[in-house]
Amino acid sequence: MINEDRVTELKKISNEIRKSLISALAEAGSGHTAGALDMADIFTALYFHLLKHNPKDPLWADRDRLVLSNGHICTVQYSAMAHAGYFPVSELKTLRKFGSRLQGHPWREFLPGIETSSGPLGSGLSQAVGMAIAGQIDTGNRRAISSRRPVQKTIYCLMSDGELNEGNTWEAVMLAAKEKLGNLIAIIDKNGIQIDGFTKDIMPTDSIADKFRSFNWYVEEVDGHDIKAFIDLVEKIKTAVASVAPEMRKPVAIIAKTIPSKGVPEWEGKYEWHGKAPTKAEAEMAIKGLK
Amino acid sequence: MHEIINLNENLFETDVEKETTRKGVSEGLLLAGQADPRVVVLTADLADSTGVGEFRNKFPERFIDVGVAEQNLVTVASGLASAGKIPFASSYAVFNPGRNWEQIRTTICYNNQPVKIIGSHGGVTVGADGASHQMLEDVALMRVLPRMIVLSPCDAIETKKAIIESAKIESPVYIRTDRDKTPIITSQVTPFEIGKARIFFKPKVGIRADVGIIATGPLLYEALLVAKELSEKGKNVKVLNISTIKPLDRDAILLLAHEAKALVTVENHQIAGGLGSAVAECLATEYPVPIEFIGVHDAFGQSGTPAELIKHYSMTKKDIIQAVNKVVLRKN
Repeated sequence: MINEDRVTELKKISNEIRKSLISALAEAGSGHTAGALDMADIFTALYFHLLKHNPKDPLWADRDRLVLSNGHICTVQYSAMAHAGYFPVSELKTLRKFGSRLQGHPWREFLPGIETSSGPLGSGLSQAVGMAIAGQIDTGNRRAISSRRPVQKTIYCLMSDGELNEGNTWEAVMLAAKEKLGNLIAIIDKNGIQIDGFTKDIMPTDSIADKFRSFNWYVEEVDGHDIKAFIDLVEKIKTAVASVAPEMRKPVAIIAKTIPSKGVPEWEGKYEWHGKAPTKAEAEMAIKGLK
Repeated sequence: MHEIINLNENLFETDVEKETTRKGVSEGLLLAGQADPRVVVLTADLADSTGVGEFRNKFPERFIDVGVAEQNLVTVASGLASAGKIPFASSYAVFNPGRNWEQIRTTICYNNQPVKIIGSHGGVTVGADGASHQMLEDVALMRVLPRMIVLSPCDAIETKKAIIESAKIESPVYIRTDRDKTPIITSQVTPFEIGKARIFFKPKVGIRADVGIIATGPLLYEALLVAKELSEKGKNVKVLNISTIKPLDRDAILLLAHEAKALVTVENHQIAGGLGSAVAECLATEYPVPIEFIGVHDAFGQSGTPAELIKHYSMTKKDIIQAVNKVVLRKN
């Protein structure tokens, strides 16, 4: 269990990550705001508490992997990475500009620490599955019978509820269960919006939890803005996975219920903020609200 | 210039040995897998019919069957590559790269992951299964992608070498194979390098070629028969084997264009976007000469025997001879 002081610290960090990403989007003049803001708490929990990583050595061989499948919310990842020390926070103002390492959608080769180039939806989970299978091969856990070898690296895949429309995602869901990928944790941002409107109107996906369970995944639901609950949940899951034999393991889906544009009351819950950036005046107002 | 290429000694015999290029895939993967533990193989429910079943039997811990899911096939392969593996992803070419092109573009080429795509059942020679399973557009689809290397070996032995060499390079590679047994053209000692084209038939020393034939894949055999037959009638033909369509061996093509001043390209693929297009793109800016294209002209295949289909789509020896005669008349 994470202690309260640490949680308070993390909340401050997530506030800074929000402010930085709003400034970056306003400076860029385009980009995706709602999903970036609503995932700020989870990115904070990952980069500042859960992930085994080294900002000064992004390709460290023993790192956990964070695959961002819905690449359009990359501004929150860039902001979290900058605050974690991967690159100077001041570089965020180059977002989406010519020559920038911070491409409109992430390009792996431009920015060390980005595990995969993304943007086109529905293929991140498959890549995470590939990385997880590689981990299973390397640790001897693939096809292992009753030999409890520890999970060495965790593969986190961040994805969105809208992205579940993609067929490719479900191909990966099936394979992950077949391969008993206990080293894979998919985190689904259930913010209920996609570009054209609310997911319940464009393409209903409920119940996401039932769908994943029926595909033989282990599923948990959490408030995506409760940093403490999220961290405690991930740590509980990792302990549980390590305690069972490889052939009994399952991939894990954490459905994180979030509020689009969380942190800026004027924008919260509105799908119109999915694919647009704030003006400089709007950004100033929003940042003032975040103190 | 005078490299010894040691082709199959029985090449022009009526009982020339035949083997499937898929058999070359099978042998190549076993050797590559033995040489490098990072080699992993994936398929989408087509292990035996694409030649990866032997690898599954020998290295089950490094074999992944993703089920009938070609988009997953290549994206999982990309993830494996990013974690340090050398993945070969194998299915029929109509699905791989036909169905999963965007995934190959984004997660393999753009992402710069050294995944090797094996597309079997290329060309109308798939036969009885019909047009839905006869891939005629794969070379075009793969050739247009930045960073993708495109291999189209001419027989089982060259396919084996293509697989082994692919495993050694840090680049995405597409390898096209056929379905049926095809004549063995090369031998174990015929040299093979990715990116290098080689002359497989030439006139006697000191005699200039009247026409150059540039061929890829098993149809190269037809081109070689043409060259032999015409040479006996006093017409001098050189045949260039293109086993790497991208990057194209521009030097070899320009050398042949300068010498023969008229070319025929031969491929079991759409004319649009295939080998003929690649050759024309190369020559248009450097040294334009008349070209005739043997291949499928903006059509789908259909059921039939490979021989019937090759005839129907005008890719036989006879058609190549006609193209040679025609292109000679177009010379300035």
